[in-house]
Amino acid sequence: MNRLAIPKTYKLYIGGTFPRSESGRVYEVLSHKGDFLANAAQGSRKDARDAVVAARSALGGWAGATAYNRGQVLYRIAELLEGRRAQFIDEIMSCEGVNAAVASGQVDEAIDRWVWYAGWADKYLQVAGNANPVSGPFFNLSVPEPAGVVAIIAPQGNESLLGLVSAIAPALVAGNTVVVVANENAPLSAISLGEVLATSDVPGGVVNILTGSPAEIAPWLASHADVNALDLVGAGDLDWVELQISAADTLKRVLPPESGADAAAPALSRILAFTELKTVWHTKAVL
Amino acid sequence: MKFLDYAPAPESQALLNLKSDYGHFINGDFTAGRGTPFQTINPATEQPIAMIATANEADVDAAVSAARHAYDGVWSRLSGSDRGKYLFRIARLVQERARELAVAETLDNGKPIKETRDVDIPLVAAWFFYYAGWADKLDHAGVGPNPASLGVAAQVIPWNFPLMMLAWKIAPALAAGNTVVLKPAETTSLTALLFAEILQQADLPAGVVNIITGDGSTGQALVNHPGVNKVAFTGSTSVGRSIARSVAGTGKVLSLELGGKGANIVFDDAPIDQAVEGIVRGIFFNQGQVCCAGSRLIVQESIHDDVIDRLKRRMQTLRLGDPLDKNTDIGAINSAEQLARIRELSDLGQREGAERWSADCVIPENGFWFAPTIFTNVSTSHRIARDEIFGPVLSVLTFRTPAEAIAKANNTPYGLSAGIWSDKGSRILAVADRLRAGVIWANTFNQFDPSSPFGGYKESGYGREGGRHGLAAYLKPAVRSGSRSIAAADPVTTPVTKKSASAKKAAK
Repeated sequence: MNRLAIPKTYKLYIGGTFPRSESGRVYEVLSHKGDFLANAAQGSRKDARDAVVAARSALGGWAGATAYNRGQVLYRIAELLEGRRAQFIDEIMSCEGVNAAVASGQVDEAIDRWVWYAGWADKYLQVAGNANPVSGPFFNLSVPEPAGVVAIIAPQGNESLLGLVSAIAPALVAGNTVVVVANENAPLSAISLGEVLATSDVPGGVVNILTGSPAEIAPWLASHADVNALDLVGAGDLDWVELQISAADTLKRVLPPESGADAAAPALSRILAFTELKTVWHTKAVL
Repeated sequence: MKFLDYAPAPESQALLNLKSDYGHFINGDFTAGRGTPFQTINPATEQPIAMIATANEADVDAAVSAARHAYDGVWSRLSGSDRGKYLFRIARLVQERARELAVAETLDNGKPIKETRDVDIPLVAAWFFYYAGWADKLDHAGVGPNPASLGVAAQVIPWNFPLMMLAWKIAPALAAGNTVVLKPAETTSLTALLFAEILQQADLPAGVVNIITGDGSTGQALVNHPGVNKVAFTGSTSVGRSIARSVAGTGKVLSLELGGKGANIVFDDAPIDQAVEGIVRGIFFNQGQVCCAGSRLIVQESIHDDVIDRLKRRMQTLRLGDPLDKNTDIGAINSAEQLARIRELSDLGQREGAERWSADCVIPENGFWFAPTIFTNVSTSHRIARDEIFGPVLSVLTFRTPAEAIAKANNTPYGLSAGIWSDKGSRILAVADRLRAGVIWANTFNQFDPSSPFGGYKESGYGREGGRHGLAAYLKPAVRSGSRSIAAADPVTTPVTKKSASAKKAAK
């Protein structure tokens, strides 16, 4: 006789904990064949705001950590993801309708992406910063710093886990904290990634994952005054121009939607898109 | 005349050879505008200087077409080293005509000749010289090998550093291979038009730089023109916000250098006399009409009285008057409109309970003037501690611990500049780390250099001007060659409307 399996309750990931949506709403996640897989939490405006509060509170610690430390923490995500490959492959196969080889390829690429970005944590500053030869008795240095809280609409296409990782990892490298709206139709791997993050060394609130309708949640994030930057990488099917207009009220840094197989491809420019350049003039003494 | 009084020492206007009317500079020639011309006046005397043309939409269109034509036909095909040579020529011509430009700038803007002569115009030449050398070295700009120019850049600049802002905009744009349509501020178009004559002397190919004049509506028509690829704006946060809205979804690359409410933090171990000089430089340089002005003095409580006493004593020696006089420290406010704003906010500061003190100065009968003023007993909620005044008005707040100083300094939606005064290097480094501002001056203030990136955090805008980063603002990565590790994917360029998005969804 077959053992009766225990299905998982998929919830949100906010501030290092797994709450249900405060709205009490769920939506059905279906397999590619249309079979019921789970009831995912349908995140609301309040959930989005709670996530921003959590992200803001976590910012000081994460941005203030040493670059070496951030690099190790991001690498640790890859280690834990590696250990749970089977679970992610299952979820991807059932949500996306791909075979085991394709699903496993996606998980491998997602793991490698963490490793690639982890390595940037203590290097991007050396590549993007500058010592400036000003005409005067000054030591003048420009260094990139995290922009703050970054709201991300994850890619809504086929590769749900890889899209999510490709969008959040570059924002984390510089020390930003993140609120991300997951792939609406394939949210299972996003919440499982939340479980990986919760058991790795990523402090609570550094990554906050919302499931639900990007169309419903995105406007609240775009207009939120405590969000510093907006990555619309997966917002191509939304009214993203309206989101960008609303982000202009507080002059958020905005990355436009991307399409095609190379959407959110790994790039230093994705790290730098969520940084601010600070230039400090230090006066030299007259000896 | 008493002992220590100064005899008048006005700079001569004889080397100026101004026209009575100026048209637009489009496609290498001066052409009459099609809008209603307006008068530009000397804000120190309210005397007219010249008539300036207004560009209507047809003029804007002509200028953008000229820039596009020059981009496609000439400038984008020129080698980097030849572009650089034109920029070197311009730098030299600015140096040759520096005195003339300084006098014209002082006349039209109202700022003291010692500033235009020693700061504005030398920096204009330095900016062109710096970016000239970049034109054939774009591989090292930080955007990958073989970066591409953007196309036609629309640039709208303010009135506080007219020719300097022009240089900050035009020099990197041309070095990167873009062509330009620039609109100077309504009240300070004069030096941009003299600069157009310099471009003729440099034999810059027609249409590479086009200068059109007019008010805000001309600027709006320019940034909204569909033929433009890049928009660069320096000015108020409210206008910057509306530009960000109107550019949304168009694919135009945008950089914004907007307002500020800079904190100048003075610790109890600071060299006080030097700090006082820095406070004066921070808020009274250019009559405080500086986006990165140190308009909030945040001084440690234990030295507050001493600093304020010495500051007041120093302010009494500031000489306000004829901007053309070589001994003048404080010139005229740029316009009646700006003066009204400064007065309104200062009166409000008094009504809100702060203590107002102004240096004793004789205010000239004509022109727009405002005596250097400080407010003490200011609290963080006062409008004069939150709003950008853009005038010679300093708000003084106090603190007890470094953490309080940092919290107060960061307590603003702006994030352009800040100053730190302390003799302790480790403290300066730790405080500079925690300030959310794009430019921080330690034991100095209001220093500028073409090699040093300048620009804000938060609502002070985005993008940098100056240095390698200022160059990158006018470049994009080379077209992708199949490698996934270098460039980002193509952005979705067709704007999606609510209607088309829901139609797309329904079709799925």
